Amino acid sequence: MNLSQKISISLTDDPLQVDKVLSLVQSDGAGAVDVFIGTVRNNTQQRTVKRLDFEAYDPMAAKEMEKLAQRACEQWPVEKIAIHHRKGTLYIGDIAVIIAVATPHRQAAFEACKFTIDTLKQTVPIWKKEIFDDGEVWVSAHP
Amino acid sequence: MELNILLFGITKDIVGQQKLRYELPEGATVPDLVAHLKKSYPKLHDLNSVMIAVNNEYGQEDQTLHESDEVALIPPVSGG
Repeated sequence: MNLSQKISISLTDDPLQVDKVLSLVQSDGAGAVDVFIGTVRNNTQQRTVKRLDFEAYDPMAAKEMEKLAQRACEQWPVEKIAIHHRKGTLYIGDIAVIIAVATPHRQAAFEACKFTIDTLKQTVPIWKKEIFDDGEVWVSAHP
Repeated sequence: MELNILLFGITKDIVGQQKLRYELPEGATVPDLVAHLKKSYPKLHDLNSVMIAVNNEYGQEDQTLHESDEVALIPPVSGG
C-alpha cells in the first residue's frame, strides 16, 4: 500500500464526524485504532469562553498535515491515519480536530496519535481566537 | 523588490490588513524580512515567535526571497 492510500487529510468548514473518520482508517491489518478528539471547552484560565474562531493558511496547513501524517507513517507501523481539522466558528462541545491512527498493535497507535496531535499544535498553520463575554484573544499569541 | 505578504491571526490584527505589499532590498533573506517587519510594526516584538513561510513551506534562515514568492507571516500556531 503506498502512502497516499494510508493517509486521509481534511481541513473543512463542515462539522467533523467521528464515524466517518473511523471508517477512513478501517484496516484488516489493524489490531488497534487510537482516536484523539479535540473539543471546544467552555473556559480558559477562569474566563468563560463563548466560542472559538479558527483561521487557517489553507494550502500550507494541508501540506503540513500531510507531512505530519507521513512522519507518523515513517516512525510507526501505521496501517491508516486520518487528520481532520475544522475551521470557522465553533461553539462549546464542537469538535475542532480528529486524529485517528490504525496500527497492528496498541502501543504504536497510542504513540503515533500523541505525536501527531502534539506536533500539529507546533507546526500546522491554524490559529484559534477565544471569544469571551468581555473580549477576545488569539491563543498563544503572547508570552 | 516588492513582496506580497499574507497575514493571519494576530499579525493580521497588528498590521491591520490581510495582505501587505512590502518593499525590501534585492537579495533580502527570510531573517532580513522579519527584522524589517519588526521595525515597521514594533508590536510584532511581543509575539513568542514570528516565522516566515515561502511558497507554503517554512522559510530557512539563509533563504533568499524573490518577488514571485508567495510569502506569509506565521505567528505562533494554535490549532487542535
